[in-house]
Amino acid sequence: MASLVLLIGFVILAIITPWITDRADFNAINTGDNPTNHPPDGDYLLGTDRYGRSVALQLMWGARVSLFVGFAATVLTIVIGVLIGLTAGFFGGWIDSVLMRITDWFLVIPFLPTAIVLAAVLERSLWTIVMVIGITSWPSSARLIRSQVLSVRERLYVDRARALGAGRLHIVGRHILPNVTPLILASATLAVPISILTETTLSFLGLGDPTEISWGGMLDQAQQSSAVTSGHWWYYLPPGVAIMLVVLAFTIFGRALEEVLDPRLRKR
Amino acid sequence: MRAGFVIRKVVGALSTLAFVVVFNFFLFRIVNRDPVNSMFRGRNLKPEKLEELRRKFNLDGSKWDQFVAYVRQLLHGDLGYSLKGSRPVATVIGEALWPTVLLVGTSTLLAMIGITLGYRAGWRRGSAFDTTATSFSMLTYSMPEFWIGMVFLGFFSAKLGWFPVGGLEDPGSHASGLSKWLDELHHMMLPALVLGIAYVGEYMIVARSAMIETLNEDYLQLARAKGMREDEVRRRHAVPNARLPVVSLSAINFGFIFGGAIAVESIFSWPGIGQATYLAVRGPDLPMLQGLFLLISAGVILANLVADLLYGKLDPRVLGR
Repeated sequence: MASLVLLIGFVILAIITPWITDRADFNAINTGDNPTNHPPDGDYLLGTDRYGRSVALQLMWGARVSLFVGFAATVLTIVIGVLIGLTAGFFGGWIDSVLMRITDWFLVIPFLPTAIVLAAVLERSLWTIVMVIGITSWPSSARLIRSQVLSVRERLYVDRARALGAGRLHIVGRHILPNVTPLILASATLAVPISILTETTLSFLGLGDPTEISWGGMLDQAQQSSAVTSGHWWYYLPPGVAIMLVVLAFTIFGRALEEVLDPRLRKR
Repeated sequence: MRAGFVIRKVVGALSTLAFVVVFNFFLFRIVNRDPVNSMFRGRNLKPEKLEELRRKFNLDGSKWDQFVAYVRQLLHGDLGYSLKGSRPVATVIGEALWPTVLLVGTSTLLAMIGITLGYRAGWRRGSAFDTTATSFSMLTYSMPEFWIGMVFLGFFSAKLGWFPVGGLEDPGSHASGLSKWLDELHHMMLPALVLGIAYVGEYMIVARSAMIETLNEDYLQLARAKGMREDEVRRRHAVPNARLPVVSLSAINFGFIFGGAIAVESIFSWPGIGQATYLAVRGPDLPMLQGLFLLISAGVILANLVADLLYGKLDPRVLGR
């Protein structure tokens, strides 16, 4: 329950940030007079970076990017996963074999290096990051959904619908998809934290959108300005703690959801 | 072990490798239409110079010709030239290989402590030990590994001064023999510890659920009925059966540790494959990145193959499948 409250809090904060703060506060002109590398105090809640920008403000704006990428990449992952999983599971035969072979290839090749090379050859933008995460993380949800479809397909009510002359689309839309939906929901909740962590790493490597501030991008900036060895802890601790809290909350919430939807897991 | 099983697995691994080669080519030559142009973006080069560079990087001719030339190069162990200092990619990778094998190997061994911990946690499910272990693995899972690296570096190296702030050895050190070895060990401790902590939880979770799967098996009851002590039941009957899923997931984890090493090596300036990848991304040095990706993928595919074969050895039931 605490995890859900925390998540809602982060989402609300991300949504209202543009109303309560001004993006112009990051402009060089407006930050010219600010102290640089200033430790936290009354004026700057979390201190300032090497350009004199407030870390607290960056943290708030960064939440928007991290959550946006987390959700958008998850939607893409699930859409690809559902399409491939449904097609493979429902049609079977050679279609299934070919799709599962491709899925296996993607499962074996290391996920993060693949995401890195993809992002490196494409334009730097938020949508690139979303696409890259979608392309590299669909295989596990495709497998999951396929196996569920395989078991649902054999149920009696599907046979009954088929005997009554229902078309394939009708069977998929009316009987199979609704039965797979809970599983899709649970796997989506668990895909969000993975997407957020991947975005963080890609941005840290300098593959993020250079015009946006994200938590991973802040860690990159901190690294570029040697914040770690200079003892400027206020620069690299807050974004990491924020990532940890959001990811932890999503994971706990996702596991709880999974248990509700799949009582077999409860014994674990 | 049956020959058919081995052949099937080897062919599977080779097909994955072929997929990586095609994917790699596609990515760097088709998605990115004119690599030479994007390498030298912003630099004013004469058209003749660009043509010459295209020839050097094998970019003239049709896509199919380029692909054939690429595969032929690969078969000769030629990965092209790095943009930095025009050195052969294979040479640069060769130099970076040993530090990474050392670091990833050590941290994998550290992380594997998680397997024993996971068996214990699963055996006494719901105990205080189990709760602690599970919470710990959730916590480390939620932190980017390189961020753990930053925190450790900031605290243990910068603040307390217990460890050097980075590199493979002290700069300008001409030590040899044992003292060189100790110096390298001192430099490796912190990054290896960070990667170990980041992944110990993954092993723990896998081992724990594998153990829980076996808890209700009849043969455990039988062993107890025979009068075996609990400890012995766990060691002789539960653990061997819980070992299977752990073996196959270890290979997947190996891929993750490799991925994690990219950012962690760059935090600790560890001169391995990870830092090379980081620098290639920053460059951007696309030929270097292409070679690194191929090598990392090949390493992970090989690890998966070994795990598959080991699985067949441990559980002969899969041989027929």
